[in-house]
Amino acid sequence: MPLPADTDVSTPKFLRDKYAIVGVGETTYTRGSGKTTRALGTWALRNAIADAGLKSSDIDGMLSYSGNDSTPSTFMAGDIGARLNFYMDCMGGGSSTEALVGIAIGVMEAGLCNCVAIFRAMNGFSQVRIGGTGARSAAPVNGDMLHNRAYGWQSAGQNFAPTFMRHMYEYGTKPEQVAMVKVVHSEHASNNPKAYYKKRFTVDEVLSSRIICKPLHLLDCCVETDNATAIVVTRADRAKDMRHTPALIRGIAGRCSKPRLDMHYQHGPISRVAGYYAKDILWPNAGVGPEDIDAVGAYDAFTFTSMLQLEDYGFCKKGEGGEYVSSGITRLGGKRPQNTSGGHLCEGYTHGMNMVIENVRQLRHDVDDYCPIGPDGKRQHTYDYREGGCRQVKNIEVTANLGWANPATGSAMVMRRGA
Amino acid sequence: MTVKGDYMGMALSIDDLDGENLGYFKHCADHNYHLQKCDDCSLLRYPPTTACPWCASGNSTWTPVEGKGTVYSYLEVHHAIQPAFKAKAPYMVLLVDLDTQQGKPTPDEALRVAANLTLPNGEFAPPEVVKTVGIGTRVRMVFSDVADGLALPQWTIDETATQPAKPWRYPQE
Repeated sequence: MPLPADTDVSTPKFLRDKYAIVGVGETTYTRGSGKTTRALGTWALRNAIADAGLKSSDIDGMLSYSGNDSTPSTFMAGDIGARLNFYMDCMGGGSSTEALVGIAIGVMEAGLCNCVAIFRAMNGFSQVRIGGTGARSAAPVNGDMLHNRAYGWQSAGQNFAPTFMRHMYEYGTKPEQVAMVKVVHSEHASNNPKAYYKKRFTVDEVLSSRIICKPLHLLDCCVETDNATAIVVTRADRAKDMRHTPALIRGIAGRCSKPRLDMHYQHGPISRVAGYYAKDILWPNAGVGPEDIDAVGAYDAFTFTSMLQLEDYGFCKKGEGGEYVSSGITRLGGKRPQNTSGGHLCEGYTHGMNMVIENVRQLRHDVDDYCPIGPDGKRQHTYDYREGGCRQVKNIEVTANLGWANPATGSAMVMRRGA
Repeated sequence: MTVKGDYMGMALSIDDLDGENLGYFKHCADHNYHLQKCDDCSLLRYPPTTACPWCASGNSTWTPVEGKGTVYSYLEVHHAIQPAFKAKAPYMVLLVDLDTQQGKPTPDEALRVAANLTLPNGEFAPPEVVKTVGIGTRVRMVFSDVADGLALPQWTIDETATQPAKPWRYPQE
């Protein structure tokens, strides 16, 4: 496909398959962790490092993201005994995971360090509520915030709603179509022992749940949970010595944005999201297109966010997202299952990292579902996707993650199964 | 000088260094809507910025702008997050295309000014009025006074305008 003039991703600089995610780990997904974000973070990091078959002393780079609701790398590294050659803690929520993998690759390629752990630790239910309730909702309103918070336009759902509403107006998208995102992700969660919500929901249940902020019902919104998640990134040639089949990183788009980030609604059409721009970096960088993707992690802070990104990254035509997400394609057993862990709507809220972890495990062909473990210690996947069963995608080779910060900023990553 | 005020129990403020917001809200306090107009490319902009989003010029002049427009999109909050808004639900935030500079500099751009739907006196619109407003509704600007140097622009139905037969609303009431 043609490249935009301002990107040069087809130059020899691109690093397709040169780096891999070799370790993934998380805490339990809970409401009321009873632990500090520091304790949650080290828990997830220890799991990810052990999963890779590494020791803390092998980690010499660390990255994290937060909205002032976490503990920085300095404490985490100290707690697990990693001496760092590079670390950075940045601001941000959704869209950070894929972008930080890009930064990890950059600093390793530049020779600054060898093996980077990335974490997100949060008490998104018991401390800083991700839905915006609690202490944050009553904070004083200063300066630039007068243009939004002074109007009761503050939470993520409230912030994004004009985009969702305009999409329904322009394309005739129906509430019952969008509800199918929750229905499908909840089916997948029912096969995930880790998921906070394992219950399967129907379209009627979504549409009869109370309205939070039109067009969002309660069940269009993700769960708020306490948890930490972590991944380990290193060079693919080093990955060969590790415990699991590596997930090779094909290409990344990082915090790619629409114009006017100061107030993106100035620049329309507002039913368009950042994927419209990011797709022209992601797909040429990865050397594949949406038709090559076997499973997707489409950021589901809300049912709508998942659908809008699928459209703008080209999984369906613009305006046909409602049909796409209600067609069966996105189900386990369908052509391109998505959010196979249940995602943010059901598994737990991590600002995107759990959907990357899920795709890494899918690519290993070793997802942790309810299938029995055989005498060789490996899970014997049945590919029976009924409730309480399997959620491994058969013969999966290539995945995509579509990360969302807001309608105007997104990140994405394509991975493939290594040798 | 720092501006401070109480609005429905919310503490609102503008710092003394924040010249852009001080300028914007001062004109609102005078009930005389102004936006920054770039001295170099002549485009108006919203919200206030320190340079021009189109040409990066740092020079601009506060210019009167007519507070009239059309609802481009909206949200309708039924479960309020902020304590100040709990008693106001259901309330609307309207994203309104000003008539001035609509479709410029590119066809999909407009000065899209967000504010609540209120009655002409600045009080929040009651549920029966909320139900009549949607994409396409013609609105005019009114102001909610907060403090010296600070009033919030708000939108109210433009009684003198020709309204669409049925503005577009979310299908599930």
